[in-house]
Amino acid sequence: MRFRHVSKVMLLAGCLALAACNGTGDTFLLPAGPIAAAQRLELFKILGWTLIAILPVFVLVPIFLWRYRYRNGKARYTPDWDRSSVLEILMWGVPLVIVTILSVQLYRTTHALDPFKPIESDNPPLRVQVVGLDWKWLFIYPDLGIATVNELAFPAQTSVALDLTTDTVMQSFLISALAGQIYAMPGMRTRLHILADAPGEFEGENTQFNGTGFPDQRFNAIAMTPEAFDTWVAQVRSDGQALTSDSYAVVAEASTGVQAQQRMGGEDQPEGVLHFSSVEDDLFGTILHRYTRGTAVPPSAQPGATGYDPQAATGGQSQ
Amino acid sequence: MTDAIFGRLGLSSLALWRAFENPDLSELIAAGAAMAVIVGGLVTVVLLTWFRLWGPLWRNWLTSVDHKRIGIMYCALALIMLARGVIEGALMRTQQAFGLHGGFLSPDHFSELFSTHGTIMIFFVAMPFIAGVINYVMPLQIGARDMAFPVMNQISLGLTATGAALVMISLVLGKFSTGGWANYPPYTGADFQPGPGPDYWIWSIVLAGIGTTLSGINFAVTIYKERAPGMHFLRMPIFCWTVICTSIIMIFALPPLTVAALMLAADRYLEFHFFTNDLGGNMMNYVNLFWLFGHPEVYLLVIPAYGMFSEVISTFSGKRIYGYMSMVYATMSIAVLSFCVWLHHFFTMGQSANINAAFGIASMAIAVPTGIKVYNWMATIFRGRVRMTVPMIYATGFFYLFVIGGLTGVMLANPVISYQVHNTLFLVAHFHNVIIPGVLFGLLAGYHYWFPKAFGFRLHEGWGRAAALLWIVGFSFTFLPLYWLGLQGMPRRSASFSDPSFQPMLWLALFGAALIVSALTCLAIQLWVSIRNRAQLAAPLGDPWNGRALEWSIPSPPPAYNFAMVPQVMARDDFAEAKADGRAYAEPEAYEDIEMPNNTAIGMIVCVFGTLLGLALVFWIWWLAVLSLAVMLLALIGRTFRLNVTHVIPAAQIAAEHRAWLAKVKAAPAVDRLEETHARNLGRAVLERPIGSEAAQ
Repeated sequence: MRFRHVSKVMLLAGCLALAACNGTGDTFLLPAGPIAAAQRLELFKILGWTLIAILPVFVLVPIFLWRYRYRNGKARYTPDWDRSSVLEILMWGVPLVIVTILSVQLYRTTHALDPFKPIESDNPPLRVQVVGLDWKWLFIYPDLGIATVNELAFPAQTSVALDLTTDTVMQSFLISALAGQIYAMPGMRTRLHILADAPGEFEGENTQFNGTGFPDQRFNAIAMTPEAFDTWVAQVRSDGQALTSDSYAVVAEASTGVQAQQRMGGEDQPEGVLHFSSVEDDLFGTILHRYTRGTAVPPSAQPGATGYDPQAATGGQSQ
Repeated sequence: MTDAIFGRLGLSSLALWRAFENPDLSELIAAGAAMAVIVGGLVTVVLLTWFRLWGPLWRNWLTSVDHKRIGIMYCALALIMLARGVIEGALMRTQQAFGLHGGFLSPDHFSELFSTHGTIMIFFVAMPFIAGVINYVMPLQIGARDMAFPVMNQISLGLTATGAALVMISLVLGKFSTGGWANYPPYTGADFQPGPGPDYWIWSIVLAGIGTTLSGINFAVTIYKERAPGMHFLRMPIFCWTVICTSIIMIFALPPLTVAALMLAADRYLEFHFFTNDLGGNMMNYVNLFWLFGHPEVYLLVIPAYGMFSEVISTFSGKRIYGYMSMVYATMSIAVLSFCVWLHHFFTMGQSANINAAFGIASMAIAVPTGIKVYNWMATIFRGRVRMTVPMIYATGFFYLFVIGGLTGVMLANPVISYQVHNTLFLVAHFHNVIIPGVLFGLLAGYHYWFPKAFGFRLHEGWGRAAALLWIVGFSFTFLPLYWLGLQGMPRRSASFSDPSFQPMLWLALFGAALIVSALTCLAIQLWVSIRNRAQLAAPLGDPWNGRALEWSIPSPPPAYNFAMVPQVMARDDFAEAKADGRAYAEPEAYEDIEMPNNTAIGMIVCVFGTLLGLALVFWIWWLAVLSLAVMLLALIGRTFRLNVTHVIPAAQIAAEHRAWLAKVKAAPAVDRLEETHARNLGRAVLERPIGSEAAQ
């Protein structure tokens, strides 16, 4: 029972430390959704259980070093003592029990928080397709027929089902305050579900290094009220341009969001953000299957590759 | 025509030329590094010529097949590369400390830095340092005269040096990879990185990797076949057990890396499609192969460090190691489990929850045997008589910091947490937390512990303590803040950042980096001071620490043949027992001739032409590649035709040397442990028994 106490105290101390810190809040330590909250709880639980095994080290090492220092003639000295059955059982037993408990815990939460699993919510889920491009993220809303770069808006308290791929090298998609990350890989689709408890803005990022613009590959995830989301959709429809294979070829070129904005026009949007009022049919599928058709894709047609040429890319695509 | 001769090597390949064309701070730093390599090389050549050292260097070192000299050369290589790795690390810390919306290094230069830093620290610091200490110590501990395959041992060193040379040359010619130490495709594929960078990585890893595989075979066979009579497996020092585990890992874990790198080379050179985006390539196959090597690799590094701590803690506590059998079982379980956990490096790939759970539980299971080891070391200190010498300071730092690394390791083993902190600075903090306090502290403790064995004089204690404390404090300041930044979501490998709240922690980390640079400086000063004061620090009689295993029963430095007579082992901790029984320092009844392997230049031929081969492949100089490969193969085949490969040391000479040493031992005063670090400690120890029991002196 005392051990449970320890983990509770640790949890409390952890929360206090968090409250004291003055971060921006874009972390699962200050969760804004059920997944991130569960992940934080898991972190504290592991901390508590593991401390049972490591606190004795912290406490006993200095005591032993002092007590059995060479100059202390009063301490016992047993140079040939090298075994004790009681100690053996404790040394193997305690970590084994802790790891067993943590393993059960791990199995349960790994299944419960599987990113492919939809999150339960009262509202119908929103589908978004995510394409990682070099140094920016493209979000396609297939059911709404709109798309954005570096701005992921969605209604709060609604499960958002993200399908992810990239049109360049591998990337990893993370909105820490909402849920964990998942890889986005060319020719492959991964899935992630997020849900925000309340309206708010959260930073999203790519955590897998992909070149010189890597630190700039950030975006805003904006959870809105349903009304605000509808207004936002209408706004994107009215102020955006069309996302065709031609304009996509330019967006996909290696560039940060800011550079893409300069190239495409759209200075009235927030920095690094682009809005598209319409999207070519099944653009996500086209991108996904580009690499799995069984024909070579030359570097000139691979966004992000050295020697990529938007013109050649579209020529190659619209066969 | 020039393409046929020089391949794609051009004027703009020169770092100095690039800085001349475009002199910004980033390029100037690169040019400075290139100048350091060139000037360092020139100064070495000039000094060697000036002091007429080429002959001795060639005869006594470069062509030597003596495991002790090869071990020392491995360690020297590791320490030189450590200096570069630490400077790069400090440079990256500086960049990030000033990295709010920018910094002074170009993003490209920064990515080159983290790639070389990782590659160097793992492959050309940790691995050669480990291989060096194993080379030096293991044969002495099992009572062998040399490795099972002395010439192959030299070739292994040659290949490792080749890899290190390629990484050093990349400072002067061309640029190194920017794809991190793991060099993931497709980023490093020909489509995205057509330049020579990834090729430098590939060839330095492939050549050094083959060398390491050969080392693993050599270590394993030496332990299986060359143990002295009576040295049963369960009488071996724990360090030798860790060497068995590490060699098994070397043999089975290095090939996946070599193969993955060669497959990447096939993609880049021959338009294969193993890991490309198109035509059925899949980069996740690379990632699997890489970590199939990569995870056993970290245990390959840390297991011998555990062994070193076992030796150090037992010796400086004046006690047997507690729980010998537990230690053996724990070490073996870690070695086996290390092959079952590689997927935890990419829980976020999108596989099913069952797979993640299986690998997560396997990863966490490693905490059990690791925990046992920590407890066993504590029980070894318990009721001992502990001297806080430099190795014990490292061990104390290790106790504290390593369990923190273990704690965060258990966190990262959990897929749910990994989803959040994967690829962030939390991960960076974690693996530095196990590799610096675990591997590096172990190695530095071992360096301090076995240095007097190798050179006949102790290292200066004061500078050693300063270095150890600076390492411990410096590590804590540098890497503990990174845990926090990782939890805040700062990705690793970021040349810059935009969240001002990261700044205070990055400043702390920079301060820590400065301490680590000071620690390294202290180590250099310590070496210098110790060499200058070697007369006062001399311990030629061989047993300065009241040691327990066989290596302390012979002179320091040991003769080329190690043991005048192959010892008959009677017990675990045989030398400690021998001292207690009065068997130690006994004159053998008869001496015999000893047959030892001759020196050979084959290792240097492999090293020089291996480096040329690597360079030729990096810069597409095909004629040179064919030529170097041909020379290497012909030299290796030619070597097999030599029949006269050993020489005999006559018994009379051995007898004379051994008797002279025994006479010195008998004449010298035995010192107790209070005088361990004093000039009076010539390497003969007073027997220490429990207070109150019969003094067996």
